[in-house]
Amino acid sequence: MKVKVISRSTDEFTRERSQDLQRVFRNFDPSLRSQEKAVEYVRALNAAKLDKIFARPFIGAMDGHRDSIKCMAKNPNYLKAIFSGSDDGDIRLWDMASRRTVCQFPGHQGAVQGLTVSTDGSILVSCGSDCTVRLWNVSDANLADSDNLSDNSAKPQAVYVWKNAFRAVDHQWDGDLFATAGAQVDIWNHNRSQPVNTFDWGSDTTISIRFNPGEPNILATSANDRSITLYDLRMSSPARKVIMRTKTNSIAWNPMEPMNFTAANEDCNCYSYDARKLEEAKCVHKDHVSAVMDIDFSPTGREFVTGSYDRTVRIFQYNGGHSREIYHTKRMQRVFCVKYSCDASYVISGSDDTNLRLWKAKASEQLGVVLPRERKKHEYLEAVKNRYKHLPEVKRIVRHRHLPKPVYKAANLRRTMIEAERRKEQRRKAHSAPGSIVTEPVRKRRIIKEVE
Amino acid sequence: MGAIKENSDDEMDEKVKKYLRGEAANLEGLKDKKLKGQLAVREDLYGKSAKTAAKIEKWLLPSEGGYLEAEGIEKTWRIKQESIAREVDILSSRNQYDIVLPELGPYTLDFTSNGRYMAAAGRKGHLAIVDMKTLNLIKEIQVRETVRDVAYLHNELFFAAAQKKYPYIYNRDGTELHCLKEHGAVLRLQFLKNHFLLASINKFGQLRYQDVTMGEMIGNFRTGLGRTDVMQVNPYNGVVALGHSSGTVTMWKPTSAVPLVKMLSHPGPISSLAFHPNGHVMATSGRENKIKIWDLRKFEVIQTLPCHAKTLNFSQKGLLAAGTGSFIQILADFSGSQNYSSYMTHSMAKGYQVGKVVFRPYEDVLGIGHSMGWSSILIPGSGEPNFDSWVANPFETSKQRREKEVHSLLDKLPPETIMLDPTKVGTVRAPPKKEKPTKKEIEAEMEAAIETAKDTDFKKKTKGRNKPSKRATKRREMINRAKRPFLEQRTQEHETSRKKHKLNPETEMPKSLQRFVRQKAT
Repeated sequence: MKVKVISRSTDEFTRERSQDLQRVFRNFDPSLRSQEKAVEYVRALNAAKLDKIFARPFIGAMDGHRDSIKCMAKNPNYLKAIFSGSDDGDIRLWDMASRRTVCQFPGHQGAVQGLTVSTDGSILVSCGSDCTVRLWNVSDANLADSDNLSDNSAKPQAVYVWKNAFRAVDHQWDGDLFATAGAQVDIWNHNRSQPVNTFDWGSDTTISIRFNPGEPNILATSANDRSITLYDLRMSSPARKVIMRTKTNSIAWNPMEPMNFTAANEDCNCYSYDARKLEEAKCVHKDHVSAVMDIDFSPTGREFVTGSYDRTVRIFQYNGGHSREIYHTKRMQRVFCVKYSCDASYVISGSDDTNLRLWKAKASEQLGVVLPRERKKHEYLEAVKNRYKHLPEVKRIVRHRHLPKPVYKAANLRRTMIEAERRKEQRRKAHSAPGSIVTEPVRKRRIIKEVE
Repeated sequence: MGAIKENSDDEMDEKVKKYLRGEAANLEGLKDKKLKGQLAVREDLYGKSAKTAAKIEKWLLPSEGGYLEAEGIEKTWRIKQESIAREVDILSSRNQYDIVLPELGPYTLDFTSNGRYMAAAGRKGHLAIVDMKTLNLIKEIQVRETVRDVAYLHNELFFAAAQKKYPYIYNRDGTELHCLKEHGAVLRLQFLKNHFLLASINKFGQLRYQDVTMGEMIGNFRTGLGRTDVMQVNPYNGVVALGHSSGTVTMWKPTSAVPLVKMLSHPGPISSLAFHPNGHVMATSGRENKIKIWDLRKFEVIQTLPCHAKTLNFSQKGLLAAGTGSFIQILADFSGSQNYSSYMTHSMAKGYQVGKVVFRPYEDVLGIGHSMGWSSILIPGSGEPNFDSWVANPFETSKQRREKEVHSLLDKLPPETIMLDPTKVGTVRAPPKKEKPTKKEIEAEMEAAIETAKDTDFKKKTKGRNKPSKRATKRREMINRAKRPFLEQRTQEHETSRKKHKLNPETEMPKSLQRFVRQKAT
C-alpha cells in the first residue's frame, strides 16, 4: 500500500526571525475562489468612488504677469521650467516646483505672440506684434546662475526686425532653423538677421505653425482663410492644403505617430488628420462648447490637452471622440494656451486672467514617490475599473463631472441643435428618393476641399 | 517520447481550459472595427495569462496532494486507519484521534475556512474552540442549555451557537457578544463568507439572513414547507439549499421570498445535503438509503448510489463522505467523470452515532462529530495541498488576520449578487421582447393622458378675453387632443382587421359560393 498525506512543516511556511519578510504562497486555481466577477465588480465600484474622493487636479497658479498670457514654451531638456509670454511684452521663465518666476526677459514693445525653445535648450525664440524676433540665451548654466536671484532680467542675444507683425513661431526639431508665421511663412536661421526662405500660398495671415517631430523638414501651418497647409523645406514649396469650414487656431503633431496631427478648430471640435491622407479626418474630438484655442500632445502620444475659449481645459485620448477629463475654475477665464509637461504628469494652462495654472494630468494620481506595491495596487484598481466601467452604477460615478453652469447649458443647447439638425436631415432623407440625399460622415463634412 | 509529450500537452490543455474560465467571446458579428481590435487584443492577453497560470500550476506549486494506492489484490476500502497511521509521519498520525465526552451529548463541528481552528458544540451545552495545529484547547464554555448548531463567522474570533431559544454570537474568549432574538429557535446556522450573511433556519421553517457587519436583517422568509434541519450553502454562488420532509430541495436567495428552485429529489424526507466546491454537483440523501448525485446546471441526476447516509460532506478535492450509524464511507470519482465509487471506509466503536462529518480544509483529515464526542481520521487525497495566502492561510499571524479582515470587509458583496449563475455579473442582459400592450394597458394609458390634459394650467388672459365659456372649450380641446392618438390607433386596428377579414374570404365562404369571391388582380 502506498500512502501519502499532506503534512506541512511549520518552518517552511512561517518566517524564522521577525526581520524576515512573511512568506506568501499563491495558488491561482479558480476553484479556490468563488464569485470572482461579483468581487471584481464591488472592487470596481469602490475604486471609482475612491478615484472621485482623491481627485484634486489643481496644484497651483503662477501669478506674476500683468496681462493675458498668449503663448508658452517648454524647454525639452529641463523638466521644471516653462516660459510664458503675455500681451504686454513680458516673457517669464517659471519654476514649476516652487511656482515662482526665475527670470524675466523684457524687451518686446507689443504683445508677445509666439515662444519656442530650440531642441538643445540653449536658445529661446520669441516673436511679437512689434515686428521683431528676439533670441535669448537660456542654456542650463544661465538658468542655474539665475536660480539665486529672482526677477533677474536677461538681455537678448539677438533682435531681428522684419516687415510685418508675427503671429507664431516654432523651432525645427534637431536643426537650427525656426519658422515664423505672419503675413507669410518665413524660415530663419539663428545667425542670419533675415529669413532664409519665405513661403506664401494664399492671401491671408498664417496664425499658427508647427514643425513635425519625426520629419524635421515638414511643417504644418493654419491660416485665417480656414486652411491647413503642409510645407516641405526640402522642396521649397508648399506640399498640400486642406480647406475647412472654420479656421484652425492651433495644430499639434503626435510625437509618437509623427504622420498624424490634430487641429484645434474654431467650431469647438478638434480634428485629427493623417498627413498623408487629408481628404478625411481620422477622428473628430467633440466636447468643447466654444472655440478651441490651443492644443498640445502628451509625450506618450496617447493623450492631448486642449484649452478653449469657454474657460475650460479638456484632456482627450488620441483616438477618443469625447474628453476624458475637464478642468475648470471660477477664476480661470478664457484659456489661450496649454502645454502638456514633458514627463506626462502635468498640464499647464495660460489664460486671460494673467495666471498660469498647473494641473495634474490624472486627477487622482498620487504625486511623489510611489512604492511598488502602491503602484501595483493603483494599476489593478485602474484595470478593474476599466473592465466594469460600462455597468450603470460604475459608469454613473466614473462619468460624473461638475461643469460650470454656462458650460452645461451651452452643451445642452448644442446638443439640442445638433439633434434637431439630424432629425431634419433624417426626415428629408425618408421623404425623398432613396439615394438622392447622401449624408457625409462627420469626418469629411467639415472639409471643403483638398488642394495640391 | 511522442506519446508522453502528447499526454503532457493534453494535461496542459486541460489546465489552460480551467484557467480560461469559459469560452472566448465571438467577435465575428462585430461591425465596429475599433472595438473588434481592442477585444481581440484582450482575448489574446487572456489566453497568455491562462497559459502562464497553467505553467505555474505545473512547476511552481510547493506541495503535492496526498494519495492512497492499493497494491496487488488489496482494495483501498479495506485499509484501516491503523495501517495508514503506521505508514505516515508522526505529525500526520497526530491528526488521528478520538475525543470521548459521553455526558455532553452528540457533537457538531465547524472549521474556520483555513482549517486551523475548530469549534465543537455538544448538545448539552458544551462549546469548545480548539487550535488544530497545536491541538490546544483555546476556550471551552458551558452555556447550560441545548446547543443545536455552531458556525464560525468570518474568522476564528467569532462564532455563532444556535442555542435553545435564540442563536448567540460569542468571542474567541467565550464572551457572549450578541443575542440574536429575531431568529427564534434555530436548528441550523450557515455563514456566507463573501457576503457576511448569517443564514438560519428555525423550528417553524423560517429562513433568515442577517448581515453580521451592520446587524441588519436582510431577509426573513417563511418557507411554508415545515420544520427542517437540513441546510447547506453552495460555496460557488452563495445560495442556501434546504431539504424538506416532503423530499423537495429548495434553493433560496436573500432578495426573494420565493425559492429560486424547487426540486423533488427523494420519495421520502431528505436526510442530508452537500455541495461540491465547484458548485455544479450536489449530493442528496433520503431515508430510502439512496444517495443521488445531481448536476446543478441541468438539474439532473448523474448517479444514484445505494448507500445509507445521515450526513454528507464534500472535500476540497471532491471526495464525498457519507456517515450513518457508526459507519463512514468515503466515495471518490477517480476518472473525473462524476462516477463515484467507494474509496475508503471507517467503522467506529459500536454505539457511536455519527452526527456530522466535516472535511478539514487544506488537510487530509475528516472530522466526525458523534454522540460520544468527536473523532478525526486521515483520508489521503481529500485536502487541497497548496493554499493561497490571500484566500485562506493556515499559518496566519494576527497581523495578517487583521489585514485580511479589513480587505474582506472592503470586498463584501451586496446580497443582490447571490444568483444561480454567478458569472452573469457584468454581462449584457438580452432586451425584453416588446409585447403589444394589452387592451387594459392601452386604456390605462389613455386615462393617464386625459388626466394630465385636465391638469394643465392655462394662461390667465385679461381685457375681457378670459370668459368662462372660452376656458371650458379650450379645456375640452386639450382633452380631445390627448385622446386623439388612441382613437386613431383604435380605428386603424379596426380597419386592418376588417381588411384582413376581407382579404381571405376563401377560408370562410362555403364551397358553393367560391366562384363569387373577388379575385385579386395578379
